[in-house]
Amino acid sequence: MSDDLKLPHAAQIFVTFVALLRANGFSVAPEQTTSFLAAIELLGPRSLEHIRRAGLATLAPPPERRATYDRLFDIHFRGAEAIEQAEGEDEETVRLQEEGSGEDEPPLADEANESGLAAARAEALVERRFAQTATSDPLRRLSRDAAKRLPRRRGHRRRRARSGPFADLRRTLRDSVRNDGEVLRLGRMRRRHRPRKILFLIDVSGSMKARTEENMRLAHVLVHAAGNVEVFTFGTRLTRVTPALRLKRREQALNAASFLVSDWDGGTRIGDALQAFLAVPRFGGYARGAAVVIVSDGLERGDPAALRDAVAKLSRRAWRVSWLTPLATSPGFKPQTEALIAIQRFVDDLVDGGSSAAVVAHLLSLATRRAA
Amino acid sequence: MPVRSNIVGIDSPEALEKALRAAYYLADDGIATASYLSLALGKPLLLEGAPGVGKTEAAKAIAAVLGRRLIRLQCYEGIDASAALYEWNYPRQMLAIRQAGEESIDIYGESFLIERPMLAALRAPDATVLLIDEIDRADQEFEAFLLEFLSDFQISIPERGTVRAAEHPVVVLTSNRTRDLHEALRRRCVYHWIDYPNAEREARIVMMRASSVAEATARAVVAAVGRLRREPLSKAPGVAEAVDWAEAATLLNKGGARWPDAFKRSIGVALKDEEDLHFISPRLDAIIAEAAA
Repeated sequence: MSDDLKLPHAAQIFVTFVALLRANGFSVAPEQTTSFLAAIELLGPRSLEHIRRAGLATLAPPPERRATYDRLFDIHFRGAEAIEQAEGEDEETVRLQEEGSGEDEPPLADEANESGLAAARAEALVERRFAQTATSDPLRRLSRDAAKRLPRRRGHRRRRARSGPFADLRRTLRDSVRNDGEVLRLGRMRRRHRPRKILFLIDVSGSMKARTEENMRLAHVLVHAAGNVEVFTFGTRLTRVTPALRLKRREQALNAASFLVSDWDGGTRIGDALQAFLAVPRFGGYARGAAVVIVSDGLERGDPAALRDAVAKLSRRAWRVSWLTPLATSPGFKPQTEALIAIQRFVDDLVDGGSSAAVVAHLLSLATRRAA
Repeated sequence: MPVRSNIVGIDSPEALEKALRAAYYLADDGIATASYLSLALGKPLLLEGAPGVGKTEAAKAIAAVLGRRLIRLQCYEGIDASAALYEWNYPRQMLAIRQAGEESIDIYGESFLIERPMLAALRAPDATVLLIDEIDRADQEFEAFLLEFLSDFQISIPERGTVRAAEHPVVVLTSNRTRDLHEALRRRCVYHWIDYPNAEREARIVMMRASSVAEATARAVVAAVGRLRREPLSKAPGVAEAVDWAEAATLLNKGGARWPDAFKRSIGVALKDEEDLHFISPRLDAIIAEAAA
């Protein structure tokens, strides 16, 4: 068989498999195809299993798409009869545990409140359409000032500067060589600054319905204005929408995001959603050293203890945690909901998030606040 | 592409798996295949997985099998070229210039160069394995720089010229996937996603790593740890924690503690986070009883 690989028609089936993967949204580079063929030759191949593993190692399907890869492999090499529709990617959605530890009631969805929408106990899984409107003023301000005003962190790299805390010995030495080893002037360096990670968590439950659209728009502007932003939405589930928001055109981005999110305007289980967020290592890692901004009214129908623990965990990991609630419109705001009272100790800011202007103002003021 | 089907007498994934076992690493088929292909194709090996599944251990075992020295580069946010490649010993150069006086002196000589991991691996490609640990912690810039290094395996030092490797050094990269790596990096490497070992294999790992542990203990610990990994913990116990837990419980048991109690009292070596402990404690008895059954 390995000699047959020299013949195009024997290798054909492997090359068409790569094409099949590409057609299903796997990105495979030509050099990976070459490695794939070389790997098959190396392994013998003594069984289909060898070919499957050679593909796994060289074509590198992302782990969360392993199931899709395996199915395509079976279809291609085993000629499976039923070619099922490739199911939707479950990649960025963390299903929350539907059953708790057994003793607590399943959480109820929001009751109808002023702005809320009664969500049935079964999640209201709906798709949202975003209206097209012009960019509003606060958003323009955000994209204009983001580069200057968003929080930054000190990098480890140093660069030449007129003055600074570090001596630039490399340059000093080079200069001194020209002067027969005399050091006439000591070059200086200072640390570079880099944009700090921002983690933007948006509550899309029924009680936040009036603000959801604005918040998504704001997130889109933020993703494009700042270098290092991750956006998640949460209601009864947690969804990562960053990849969708990276699309340049706003309508496209928001529509793409609306396809990803399945729990628009439903109930609220903030605690569970945040716990799910922290339990996935790669998500939890986003929070480390980040400025975490949560936009939510804190009307929690789940267990306040779960929420408190999650926020406590988050606050220990993050550089700063801000909770923006539409309920805090006056400066003398005292939290009323159980959830907000529970988390008050752990958040660094509990401020107004009732309008885009307020959210933008807070984002831009983050840099001048100190790390908690 | 330089393909070498036979590396130090290893000519198949199965042979490599055997050699790794001799180096006290129990590899499953997937990782044995990926490691073998990486060695044979001369491509770096990229291991991704949750913390504590034995990624770094795999690199150590590969180095042991090849009989080479392991050079480890631990990544962190803001790591830069001088920590990864080389640095000049400036104070020494200054001193040398002073001392030389009228004579000419080469201040960019070998004795003034401080080797960092990547340069060290390039200069001794047949005697080293380069482990680039937790690449996901480094920033995008460093990743781009690494990509360049991994494609042509050369480093240029402005004062001395270019250092090229005679052959491709063996490189293992690990990532905890706290962020998505660049596609190009995944493409350049042979990729393997390591999952937690299944209960059978994990029990064997525990017994191999901790010889004092009885089989029943190992199985109970592995069952309990597997149960804990399904809970939403901030730091799930890895394989190393399972080994430690089995060892600690065995030790307590020898000191007179009864079995379930010995597990319970030594839980601190498996769960290292105050909140996780607090979260699990009401159900810990049930979990241990179920696991020991």
